[in-house]
Amino acid sequence: MSATTLSHATSPAKDPKVAAALGRRRRQVALAVKAACYAATALGLLLLLSILVTLFWNGFSALSLSVFTTVTKPPGSNGGLLNPIIGSLIQTVIGTAVGTPIGLLVGTYLAEYDKGSPLANAVRFVSDILLSAPSILIGLFVYQSLVVPFGGFSGWAGSAALAVIVIPIVVRTTEDMLRLLPDTLREAVIGLGAPKWKMITLVCWRAAASGIMTGILLAIARVAGETAPLLFTSLGNLNWSVNLSAPMSSLPITIFAYAGSPYEDWIALAWAGALIITLGVLGLNIIARLALRGRK
Amino acid sequence: MGDSVTQTTPADAAGLGGLRARSGAALNEARLSVRELDFYYGAHKALKNISLDLPDRQVTGMIGPSGCGKSTLLRVLNRMYSLYPGQRATGQVLLDGKNILDADVDMNALRSRIGMVFQKPTPFPMTIYENIAFGIRLHERLSRAQMDERVEWALTRAAIWGEVKDRLNTNAMGLSGGQQQRLCIARTIAVRPEVILLDEPTSALDPLSTLKIEELIDELKRDFTIAIVTHNMQQAARCADQVAFFYLGELIEIAPAEQMFTAPKRKQTQEYITGRFG
Repeated sequence: MSATTLSHATSPAKDPKVAAALGRRRRQVALAVKAACYAATALGLLLLLSILVTLFWNGFSALSLSVFTTVTKPPGSNGGLLNPIIGSLIQTVIGTAVGTPIGLLVGTYLAEYDKGSPLANAVRFVSDILLSAPSILIGLFVYQSLVVPFGGFSGWAGSAALAVIVIPIVVRTTEDMLRLLPDTLREAVIGLGAPKWKMITLVCWRAAASGIMTGILLAIARVAGETAPLLFTSLGNLNWSVNLSAPMSSLPITIFAYAGSPYEDWIALAWAGALIITLGVLGLNIIARLALRGRK
Repeated sequence: MGDSVTQTTPADAAGLGGLRARSGAALNEARLSVRELDFYYGAHKALKNISLDLPDRQVTGMIGPSGCGKSTLLRVLNRMYSLYPGQRATGQVLLDGKNILDADVDMNALRSRIGMVFQKPTPFPMTIYENIAFGIRLHERLSRAQMDERVEWALTRAAIWGEVKDRLNTNAMGLSGGQQQRLCIARTIAVRPEVILLDEPTSALDPLSTLKIEELIDELKRDFTIAIVTHNMQQAARCADQVAFFYLGELIEIAPAEQMFTAPKRKQTQEYITGRFG
């Protein structure tokens, strides 16, 4: 006690002027940093809002029941977006249905079976690269491996390309969510005499379910709006077709084609299609967030 | 602790004046016997030449400072360490004359005979009923009625039936910490093991929940052989029939509880019990 008092007394006394100047400077810097953060946020929000307002403005004015009930038609003949909507739904569902189990199992392998081995690290690395790879590369890959050998564009090829995009997203979220679980939970299951596969399927997956589900929903949201991987795979189809072996229509590709056309009604339909995708993705995101909140 | 200098026995000095007589009654025949056990985390030797018996249907308390190896010993007794590559044990742990450290042991069957409860409650993300039924289904095929009966039995034995009987189908995560821990005990005894390992089961609980668990331990030892790791000397004194003191991976002393807290033979034990280190 006395030692600290002594050493305190021998150090030079505080200069109130220096302290005040330092305090002023601190407040100025704090204000500048705060202002910069607010300005950047405002800019980002402004851009986002202007995109959304433009989209909603143009999209809602073009939206009508016939958009959902009529197939694409030549310009000026009151076409709709029925075939692109259905085509997008089919390919997204198949892509997700194929990609999700693979991603789930790979993520489980990484988190539960083989945490630190060179093979697991390699798999994780490749999956992360795939996660950030330009999606047009994936389109080209599927073009080479499915479209060329089987002699044509098809809904199958489009679905496959989307599945390839789904896999790394689900791998990442599955692994992350499983790793969040405490090891004592695993030991508690094993301690009851459960084999490892039951521990994973009955307890770990369930404990991580909402997080994994969030990842799957985000993956769906991502592939629902992908254009590039479909360009070389399902191509697009101006006619009504649910034949997966034939070229298949999709919303993003139709938007791409229509928005660049000189026809007013096609451009309006492109806006409507963009709005449909955006609302769908927004809906999925909201569901994902609610699921994640329910977990806490 | 140890604020009074006039008291004489280490137990008194440790504030164990009210030590209930564990009556020095003879210890029962061994249910589980550890012989010359060494344990390694990689190259680090965490247990050195441990030999002790867990007497049948009695409570063995394991005490000692952090890192002394008491929890490690529990994790050997149900082969939990086998989950982690790099951890290995040599020596013998005999259950019915069979060395459970042998490579050919069916670990799932072993763990149904030697159950474990952890420091933090670990309810599974399912209903209260399913939490209990989960372990039973791993080892037995029961009819719905038999299962209902067993679940009620386990929850009753774990002194939690009254609190949960009206909400068996609600999620177990909604229970309080103390209830969750009793649920975990119920889940463990539902499998009807012979030995129950308790790894600091009350260190995350409030005093009232702790009291309930301690009473429960007293109750459970009529049917189960129990080993409890604890940092709480009073708890060891209250619950255990036999106490083992570990230090730096060695078993320093093992004796009936009363003798351990009144007349320990080793100086280190006495110093630890009176709070002079650890």
